[in-house]
Parts: sequence; C-alpha cells; structure tokens
Amino acid sequence: MKQRLVVVGNGMAGVACVEQILKHSPKFEITIFGDETHVNYNRILLSCVLAGEKNAEDIVLNSLDWYEKHRIELRLGVRITHVNAEGKTVTGDDGSVVPFDKLLIATGSSPLIPPIEGVKKKGVFVFRNLDDTRALLDHAAPGKKAVVIGGGLLGLEAARGLQVQGCDVTVVHLMDTLMERQLDLVGGGYLKAKMECLGVKVLLERNTVAVLGKDKAEGVAFKDGTSIEADFVVIAAGIRPNAELGRKAGLAVNRGIVVNDHMETSNPDIFAVGECVEHNGACYGLVAPLFEQGKVLAATITGNKGPVYSGTVQAAKLKIMGVDVFSAGNFSEKSPGVDAVRYEDPALGVYKKLIVHDGKLAGVILVGDTSESHRYVDWLRSKTDLTNMRRQLLFPGPAVDSGQDVAEMADSKVICGCNGVTKGTIIQAVHEKGISTLAQLKDCTRASTGCGSCTELCQHLLKAVSPEFQEESKKNLCKCVAFPEDKLRDILRSQRLRSVQEVLDIYGNGVGCEVCKPALSYMLDMLWCGDHDEDRSARFINDRVHANIQKDGTFSVVPRIRGGVTSAEQLRRIADVADKYKVPMVKITGSQRIDLLGVKKADLPKMWADLGMPSGQAYTKGVRMVKTCVGTDFCRFGVQDSTKAGIELERRLEHLYTPHKLKMGAVGCPRNCAEATVKDIGLVGQDGTWQVVVGGAAGKKVRKADLLITVESTEEALQAATLFFQYYRENANYLERTYDFVERVSIEKVRRDTVYAPLAVQQGLRERLRKSKRLARDAWLEGDEPRHPTQFVQIKPMERLQV
Amino acid sequence: MSGDKVWVRVTQSENIPLREGRSVRIDNREIAVFNLGDRFLAIDNSCPHKGGPLSEGIVSGTTVVCPLHAWKVDLNTGTVIGQGSETPCVRTYQARVQNGVVDVELPIELTVKPPTAMGCTIGLDINAGPLLLGERGA
Repeated sequence: MKQRLVVVGNGMAGVACVEQILKHSPKFEITIFGDETHVNYNRILLSCVLAGEKNAEDIVLNSLDWYEKHRIELRLGVRITHVNAEGKTVTGDDGSVVPFDKLLIATGSSPLIPPIEGVKKKGVFVFRNLDDTRALLDHAAPGKKAVVIGGGLLGLEAARGLQVQGCDVTVVHLMDTLMERQLDLVGGGYLKAKMECLGVKVLLERNTVAVLGKDKAEGVAFKDGTSIEADFVVIAAGIRPNAELGRKAGLAVNRGIVVNDHMETSNPDIFAVGECVEHNGACYGLVAPLFEQGKVLAATITGNKGPVYSGTVQAAKLKIMGVDVFSAGNFSEKSPGVDAVRYEDPALGVYKKLIVHDGKLAGVILVGDTSESHRYVDWLRSKTDLTNMRRQLLFPGPAVDSGQDVAEMADSKVICGCNGVTKGTIIQAVHEKGISTLAQLKDCTRASTGCGSCTELCQHLLKAVSPEFQEESKKNLCKCVAFPEDKLRDILRSQRLRSVQEVLDIYGNGVGCEVCKPALSYMLDMLWCGDHDEDRSARFINDRVHANIQKDGTFSVVPRIRGGVTSAEQLRRIADVADKYKVPMVKITGSQRIDLLGVKKADLPKMWADLGMPSGQAYTKGVRMVKTCVGTDFCRFGVQDSTKAGIELERRLEHLYTPHKLKMGAVGCPRNCAEATVKDIGLVGQDGTWQVVVGGAAGKKVRKADLLITVESTEEALQAATLFFQYYRENANYLERTYDFVERVSIEKVRRDTVYAPLAVQQGLRERLRKSKRLARDAWLEGDEPRHPTQFVQIKPMERLQV
Repeated sequence: MSGDKVWVRVTQSENIPLREGRSVRIDNREIAVFNLGDRFLAIDNSCPHKGGPLSEGIVSGTTVVCPLHAWKVDLNTGTVIGQGSETPCVRTYQARVQNGVVDVELPIELTVKPPTAMGCTIGLDINAGPLLLGERGA
C-alpha cells in the first residue's frame, strides 16, 4: 500500500519539493494543504503583478490539472493548526483530522511586524501573498499617499508597484542605506538616486514608532518626533519563519525548524523545507535555496538518502524595471586577505564591486548594470581561482565567438538559479524534446520562469545547441534606450510613462538622439491615444512647425484636399495665397495634392489662415492622403463610388500619426487608375464588392498589396481598413512601412489579428482608434495658438554689435 | 571683456525652449542658440555639409543633429561627430545668461568683414547621414 504523505503549505517550496519527490517514485499518496485559496504561484513575481506587468494568471506555477494529473489531493483554504507527532495526524482549522505516514512542513514565513503602535488600524497592509497584492491594487489610486515601511527588496518593489499605480510613495527605512543586507553604502546611494529618479521618495534612518489616525491610517510618526501623511501604509520590514507547527510537533526549533544536511528534522517521519527551516544556523528568504533543499529532501524522503544540502550562496536581484540591482555572497571588506575591486560611473548610475578573498570571489554588488551577474554567481558557486583573471574581473575581453560563453560552461553549471536548472538539463531537453524556443524551454524545464534574470543566457544556450533555434531578430531601438520596440511599448504602457524625457531618464541614457526621440514621441502618442505630455524638442523639425523642411531651410505647404477632390473656389484661394506670399514653386504632387514650396517659417501661420484648409500632413509620419479615381459619378467603367469612399476614409483617419507615412488609395474598378494596389491601404472596387488591400508600395520598393478581405458594403470596407490601420499603429516599429510590417508579421497573422479576430479584439482596436481620433486635431490650428511664442517667429537680437 | 570680443544681448532666455535651438541674425551672422537646461550654447547656424539650419535640429546631449541629412555637430567644439576628425567645422561662441537674457560673445572683427567658411578639410559624403528623417514623399 502507498504511504500517505501530507504536505502543509502549497507554496513554492512545498510544491517544488513534491515535484522532485514525484521524479523519484510514485510511492506516495499525497495531500497538500494550503491556507491560501490559490494554486501554487510564483510568489517572487507578486511585485510584477502589483506593478501591472503581469496578471495573477501569469504567475501560476501549477494549474489544477497538474494536481489532478499526479492524483494529489489539494485542500485549499485550510490552515493546519496542530500536529500530533505520536498519533501521526494533522488537524485543520476546519476540524478535519488527517493521518500521515510522512509529514512535510513547508509553511514558509510571515511578514515581520516591527513594534509600531497602531498597526491594526485600517489602511495598514503587508505584502506577502496574492490576496495582499489584490488588496493593495484595490487600495492604490492616482494621487493617494502611500508609505512603505522597509527599504529592502520587497519594500522597494512594493513602492515602485504602488507608484506605477499612480500613488505618491515614500519609502521609510530604519537603516542608513537601502537594501543594507545586499548593498554597501555606495551601492545603496546609487539605488536611492535611481528610486528617486523614478519618483519614489526615500527617507533613511527613520524609526517608525506609530501609525497615526483615528481608526484608519492617516500618517506615520517617527522616533525623532517628525511625521508624514499617508492614506495607507505598507509594512515590508522583513520576514520570520513560520516554525510554530514544528514546535507543536516537538521538533527542534530555533528561529526556524532545524534540519540537517539531508533535510531531516529531529523526527524521522517529519520533514521541513523552505523559509520555515533553519540549516546550519541560517534561515533563507530567497528562492534558490528552496529548490536546492527540495532536491535533497526528495532524495531522503524517498529512501534515496545520499545528496546533501550544504547551504546556498545568497543571491538577490531587485525586480524593478529599469533599476538593475544584483548582490550575492558576502561583501565584508574587513577580514585580512580581502580585496575590493570597484568601478563606478555616476553619469550612467553604474556601480560594481567585487570582493575577492584569497584569490576567490566572495561577494559581488552590481547596480545599474547586472548583465554579467551570471558570470559572478558562477565564480562564487564554483569557487573559481581568479588569480589569472585579475585584469578581466570587471571588464571581460571582447567575445570573439558568441557561443564561447556557453561553450565555456560545464554541464553542471546552474543556468536558472531560481529553479536550479543546469546547462546539462537544458541540453538534454533540447535533444530529447526537440526544443527550439524559449517558451518551450520554459514549459519543459522551468528555466527562466523565476526572476527572469537568466533569460538572456537561456537564449544563448538555445542558440548554441538547438538545431532549429530561430533567433527572434529583435533589434534594440538604439543605444540610448537599449530595448526592442515591442518591449518598450510594454514598458511604456505598464509603467505608465507619459513623456519622452521620463523614458530616457529611467530606461535610457538620459540624453536620447534623433533616432529614439521621435520614435518614443510616436509610441507615447499612440499608446496614450494622444493623452500624453508631448515634448516638441523630441520631434523632428517638420513636426515642430507642421511643414516639410527643404534643402534651403524653407518649408513646403500642402493643404489637405480629401480624396484629391477640389473646387474652383479652393483652387482660386490657393492661387491667391501663392501670389500673396510669392511662393517660388507651385507643384501638383503624385498624391493628387498641391504643394506650395519655398515658404519662410515665419509665413506659415498666416498662409494656413489664408488657405483656410486643414493640414495635409505631407511633412510627417502620419496619414498622408487617400488618392481616388473619379468612381461612378462620371466614369463609364466605375462600379463603386471610390471618391466618396476615399474622402470618407481620409476623414476618419486624418490628423493621426503612424509609425511611418501612410498613403492610401481608393479605385472604382479593377483598372486601378489611382493605383490603390501599391498603397499602404487600398480599396479596390469590384462589381458588388470591395477588396481591401494592404502593404502595397511604389517607392524605394515596389510591392503589390496583399488582400486583407473582400466585403460587400462600403462601410464594411472602411471598417476593415481602419482595423488594419490601428493594428499597424500599435504593432509596427517606428519607421517601418506597412509593406515591411506586413511581410515581417505575415498577412495571415494580420488577418487573424484584425478582420478575423474575436469581436472583443476588434472592438478594442476600434475603441483605441476612436480615443486617438477624439484628441487628434488639425495641426495647422497651432498657427492661431502657437505652442511656444517663438515657434514660428524669427528672434530679433536685443542689440546690434557696437563697433 | 576681452579686447577683440564683445557680449551682445540676444533674447529673453524663455524665448528658447528647453532642448531646442533658435536662430538669430546679428549683423551679418546667423547664429543658432540652444537651451540645454543648465546652460546655453551658440554656434553658426549652418551645417558644414550642405548649409542646413542647425537651429532646427534635434538636440542629443550636447550635440545637434542637422535636420537635412542628420550630420551631428558638437555644440561645445563645433566638430562633426563620427568623422574621426578633431577639426572644428562650425564656429562656436560663448553664451551666458544674465538677468534672464541670453548673451552671446562675438568677435568684433567679424562684424566688419563678412564671415568666411572655416577651414573644414574633411571630405564628406552626402549619403553619410544615418537616417534621412525629413525624407520627402508627398
């Protein structure tokens, strides 16, 4: 008969250990108790949920299917209150008594509540589990004042999360440096500066003594007599092991339940793992030790006693987007034989320190650039002799062969510290399961599903090993902001960034260039549907003055003539304007528009007013025009009213910005007189139907547009065209024309994501387009209300030179 | 004041927006004045490449990117960036803010005779610019 294994705790440690036990043998009938009402999730990613980067569903580690598949009885919402070690039963707070043959205690830890008066008041929170996170999300709102007590990993992550939710956040820390257990004074200083740059206030050396307020938190008071206001308070001052059950079971307990190197407690039938245990005097509060302990415990409990747990090198990574902090090992400089190797650059906010003890790495602190962290952890774990590498400690020589890094690693090297996945395991998975993408690798090995810091290394490894590996050819936007554009869009959205300079300050080099500034300007405009802080200095001159700069510094003016349909009266006005301002050249463009060339900047507002026509946007990456043929009104062959359809399409999209210029065409029959099949978006009239085509080009490149869909009514055609329009706006990279975009993404995917997408997805695209359109205005109206007094005005010096 | 140079009061500092430039004509010289937030910098308003109006360029740190063909000019030194030459190709001027007014220091002799092109020797290719942002295409 199978033995009954009862696991108390449905968290990462307990379930990871059960996974290891299952690998050894199916000899147990397993019951898991969890006092939370959720399946096992990745607790270390709660801060990402708070920061809006992930949903609660995204961080689930084991779904209900997994429990079912392994015939594990899951008892959620039941807290085990008592253990009868002699009678071998556990008792739940629902009164149930369950017998066991082996018991595994994985109760984790609880938030440490410092002796502060009034912590029971409403509006005082902790940040430990999913319910806490949800409560904080419910409470957080723009403008609310939040005080986070504790400037360690968790406190800082909570602070940033709340700030992303719009709160005005202050971190209060007892010590003189943030994350003092992981950083030194200098590193803490860099971190503080970065947090303040994000907009989080930091108060150091403040001993909080009371939460103020009647029934509800209204502020916190410090020992020095000062106080600050708060709408709510989060306590993140550390954790303490939940060792109570161990005491009740009569086990040896100090701070945590004492375990030996085989993960045995003082009772041969009771085991413990994770944050509730104490091994060799140490209690761990980070994720990597859980997995290492779990493996050893699984061997011991299944009768394969042998592997030993000999403690874990503590490594911590701060999970705040744009604030890279990594720390591992011991960084006391005081003992003899210790050298500290340092590098810092205040302008970049980069600080690195290695502690070398007798030629071996003892500790590392990285702030601002953690890209080399895996190398250092490797040196720490393997106790590599660094004597011959002293010159390359902080600056590795340039890699000649990109696979070199990977080839130099031993198979036993741990790639994913969170899940304890080695290089060997990954290679084996690649060979046996034919893995070729990171997603498959995550599913199969769990690698890179924890903190995510090994993602890059996993990619390298896949690239080096997998025959089918397809590199996602993602180029970073530029050196100033080193992220691929899709990632940047995610960052801007989730971090609620609304100005170019803010993005550059937090995620870039603070400076920016002519490549990233206009790109970021576009992204912000698109993401916030025009509701952002537009920074004209980040835009190209054409977008500062709404005209196209020419080789001699003059500008060209192209009024909007929708569908290319004008009138004698309009033409007369244009002619008068050309005369009045002595326009050197009047040109009919290839887009059925009229171009007035050679205009002085100072004349632009007056000309626009005299024209009385909206901007044709011929100067910008935006909606240029819809070119039309004469359609059914006069043409003998026309079968669809292309002029009316084209004018309506232009009206619906005009004044909007796009990743690159966007040209459209509408033709009334397949003779294609207005060349709709080589436009970014084309409507091609057929007898009784419209073909909507996308991705055409007749510029540097000539490409026939792909058919998006064929529809019957003009309204359906317009709907399909605008759907594609918004999809392109949201997903193309900056300066990517539709013809490159459609080829990169594939027309099949474009169709799936637009015209064949579920109704809700289509409605989402439409709603965002509607919002953008609501705020979009004719740029030429700025002629009457300039953004800046000298936007169009030539500055005259206040004095001449006196000679 | 040095013997052959003189400070000229140009404009209220708020007339030049943050991280933007404006051109100003002083006698026969056209000068581009930039607001970098912590200071103002001034150079001739003409790109050594094709004479583009540098005052209309995007500012990147202490560099301005010419709006015509994206040549990059260092506002402190007047050198063209990325051409491997230290020779200044654009004349720079001292600038300061006094009582909210931007002053530019001009050499007196320059006002007597018309300015001559500086000795820029590097041969540059019109297509050298990385990105033609203002590409035409109506």
